[in-house]
Amino acid sequence: MEYFLQLFLGGLSRGSIYALIALGYTMVYGIIELINFAHGEIYMIGAFMGLIVAGVLTAMGWPTLSILVIALIIAVLYSAAYGYTVEKIAYKPLRGAPRLAPLISAIGMSILLQNYVMLAQTPDFLPFPRLIPDLEFMGPYANFLATSDLFIIITSISVMVALTMFIKFTRMGKAMRATAQNRKMAMLVGVNVDQVISVTFMVGSGLAAVGGVLIASHIGQINFAIGFLAGIKAFTAAVLGGIGSIPGAVLGGLVLGWTESFAAGYISSDYEDVFAFCLLVLILIFRPAGLLGKQRSQKV
Amino acid sequence: MEQTQNAVLSVRNMSMNFGGLRALSDVDVEVRSGEIVALIGPNGAGKTTFFNCITGIYTPSEGQVLAYPTNGRKMRADGARSDGVRINGMRTNLVCELGMARTFQNIRLFPSMTALENVMIGRHCRTRAGILGAVLRGPKARREEQEVVDRSYQLLKKVGLEKVANEYSRNLPYGAQRRLEIARALATEPFLLLLDEPAAGMNPQETLELKEMVIRIREEFQVSVLLIEHDMKMVMSLSDRIYVMEYGRVISTGTPAEVSADPQVIRAYLGEESDA
Amino acid sequence: MAVANLLGNLKKSAIAALWLAFLTLPVMVIRVDTVEKTVTWRWMHLAYMLVGSFVLAVAWHFLMDRRDRGAANRDSGGGETQSALSLWLENPSVMRPLMAFGLLVAVAFPWVFSMYQTNILISALIYVVLGLGLNITVGLAGLLDLGYVAFYAVGAYAYALLNHHFQLGFWTVLPLGAILGAFFGILLGFPVLRLRGDYLAIVTLGFGQIVRLVLENWSAFSNGPAGISNISRPGLFGVTYGVDQATTYIYYIMLALVVLTIFVTARLKDSRIGRAWLALREDEIACQAMGIDNTRAKLMAFALGATLASLMGVVFAAKTTYINPASFTFMESAMILAIVVLGGMGSVLGVILGAFLLILLPEYMRAFSEYRMLIFGATMILVMVFRPQGLIRAKRKVYKINTEAA
Repeated sequence: MEYFLQLFLGGLSRGSIYALIALGYTMVYGIIELINFAHGEIYMIGAFMGLIVAGVLTAMGWPTLSILVIALIIAVLYSAAYGYTVEKIAYKPLRGAPRLAPLISAIGMSILLQNYVMLAQTPDFLPFPRLIPDLEFMGPYANFLATSDLFIIITSISVMVALTMFIKFTRMGKAMRATAQNRKMAMLVGVNVDQVISVTFMVGSGLAAVGGVLIASHIGQINFAIGFLAGIKAFTAAVLGGIGSIPGAVLGGLVLGWTESFAAGYISSDYEDVFAFCLLVLILIFRPAGLLGKQRSQKV
Repeated sequence: MEQTQNAVLSVRNMSMNFGGLRALSDVDVEVRSGEIVALIGPNGAGKTTFFNCITGIYTPSEGQVLAYPTNGRKMRADGARSDGVRINGMRTNLVCELGMARTFQNIRLFPSMTALENVMIGRHCRTRAGILGAVLRGPKARREEQEVVDRSYQLLKKVGLEKVANEYSRNLPYGAQRRLEIARALATEPFLLLLDEPAAGMNPQETLELKEMVIRIREEFQVSVLLIEHDMKMVMSLSDRIYVMEYGRVISTGTPAEVSADPQVIRAYLGEESDA
Repeated sequence: MAVANLLGNLKKSAIAALWLAFLTLPVMVIRVDTVEKTVTWRWMHLAYMLVGSFVLAVAWHFLMDRRDRGAANRDSGGGETQSALSLWLENPSVMRPLMAFGLLVAVAFPWVFSMYQTNILISALIYVVLGLGLNITVGLAGLLDLGYVAFYAVGAYAYALLNHHFQLGFWTVLPLGAILGAFFGILLGFPVLRLRGDYLAIVTLGFGQIVRLVLENWSAFSNGPAGISNISRPGLFGVTYGVDQATTYIYYIMLALVVLTIFVTARLKDSRIGRAWLALREDEIACQAMGIDNTRAKLMAFALGATLASLMGVVFAAKTTYINPASFTFMESAMILAIVVLGGMGSVLGVILGAFLLILLPEYMRAFSEYRMLIFGATMILVMVFRPQGLIRAKRKVYKINTEAA
């Protein structure tokens, strides 16, 4: 039972990271129907920003908890800026182009960003400092829930609640929903669609950065290629929940997290990634609309 | 319901639901051999949905769609019976192969193929060359290919586009694109031609030419025609019979004279533009 | 007007350069060591970044202006613009001697140049065929296959394993590899081909990853990450060759396969099947409504692409005599895709040119090779934005019409 609980909570923590990244995919897809292939790389850059900030501040002798907060904030801001820029360079000029064009451009952007970080930093794995300290009162429960897992779960939940509020209640959130429903109509009623798209990319990228910093601190090392796998898995989560649907992304992230956690725990950890990919393939083939998504019929 | 003599298409009690939305309910439509039948009605009445249902793009929720191929065409699909072929739920390409070819309301040509090649696509289902034939280009494959080219060119001539045979279809003017779609549909050797607003966006002169072309095509290719059209002048002078649709139902049917005298139609549709 | 425009562009470029420099500052300038708790500042990188991004931004704006003007021209009814390169290459009086000359050089190559050079050229030729294969799936039929390299792996492992366990020779496995490739293409194709474009891309990506992960983890089958070594080089009627002779031999095999592939794809492109693929790419619904069996056409394209990839896998395993899963990563698929995209989707000549450019350039400009993937990525973006037709626009055949026939 304890083992089960351990896997359950581990899956929950892992799933919330997937959910954080998946939100970016789903929001962008909801608005411009594009699989932002470079999203995983934004997450990776978020993790690197966390590492750099943490490295500089550690060298300056700052206390751990303040480093965590500052690293998170700077990583979020920088990733948002990256998201904004990526959209302007690789996607905006291709609006209205054939469907494959932005997708290919997105793949190009993903390769570009990976190699840029590899060349500017290093191809090797870099150790990532533990920014989340072990809390005393967690001691008795440490067997099945590390403090960092708890922290990840709590942070993710808070961020997702904040996102929901943002989308539900702010002017920009309403504009986003309107654009997702019907871009032309939104434009006609005066929504600045370009701005909405930019904000969507920035918000999605910021969420990915939170995920990047948290997971890097949890695992303890990063390199330039971590975004690829994380990106595909988060995309799986987004599709699993129903791409375009925000609660769907969260649900999908959790389901994927648990699937991986239990499969690795009870079957074999060698094939952990294979399970994720199989899940992806099966969902797309048998239920492409996902768990919460609506089946879209094509207009003729 | 008994079948009328020489019907080529008979749609009975067809309904189409999208989730909770009933786009078509209990539609009965029949096209007889050699007829030009028009489907009219206000926007959103369900005319294009009707087309999509009988060409296999949508599967009707209820009802029967039966086709009676006149060219002695054999069917590969199941359900081939002497008393008609049930085509609801049949795959789109098989419906076309059976002999029902359509055009689209919002032109759907293949933009980066030439006009000639667009028509040649229509010949696809009447030819057989496979990968080996394409690579080896044996005498049989070459003969077939030349036949495709020649027939397609003849069809372009019929719609007056032979001069632009090698132009990319995206570069053709609007009216020419509409005519090219008709030529492409004819290339599939249909017994029933389905035209979705063929005159949309055309000027009166072009519309007149189109009308004459449709009549000519009926004679020459021995096809029946079912068309959706908003241009009342064209519909009234072209069609043998008219079905009027509103809110997914057929509200009136008959000859142009009968339909335009039907008070229900005048109220529902012609009311605001009866003098047009 | 032009001057104001130029000044405006320079100003915009300066702002863009500052923004990019700011954006890349932490990653470019700072290197941290969290174990030693040291920080290295590399301010020179900032200067490079500023200058580099300014130059790029100026070029970007210049190209953007040109693109917008081009679009305006087309809207006002101007004809298609043709690049000087493709006009020149399509002129038969240039094309024919060029082809003859190219073939001559190709045949003489191993006798004139070193084994090292020949080996490089073999790789380039392998990528030509891979590119042409993917060109069928992506360029002609419009099915974005991101797991293409999986079929390459199928061929390579088929030869490696059959050779290792059953001592089967190259010439026996070559046709087997082709059949196996087609089989896997159809097997994977069946469930996924009804998916829409971008979903198809992701599913194929997933399949590609699954194949690689299985090869990595199922050691009993594939010997895991260690790979399989001592694969036989091709022989001929029992004659086995030494390394140098074998290289020459493989070179000629590859040359023959390239010529064959070009012949096959060029003929397919303008055939009944090729037209169906194009129609499929342009408009799936209209294509089906015109009587084309979409699933069949898609399967054919998918299987044919897979066959060529698998064939190349066999040659690759025979050439290197050692394979492991690291040769079959997503980056490999992306590279082949970059070749097709740069060359021009649907254009046979373009893809050949793209393969030579993208494989040989990094090979001969060593300084450049570190930046190889960076440049591939950038190329894909730039081509999509500024020249979606690629280096050479795919042209449609002008058919000869027999006007006498009625």
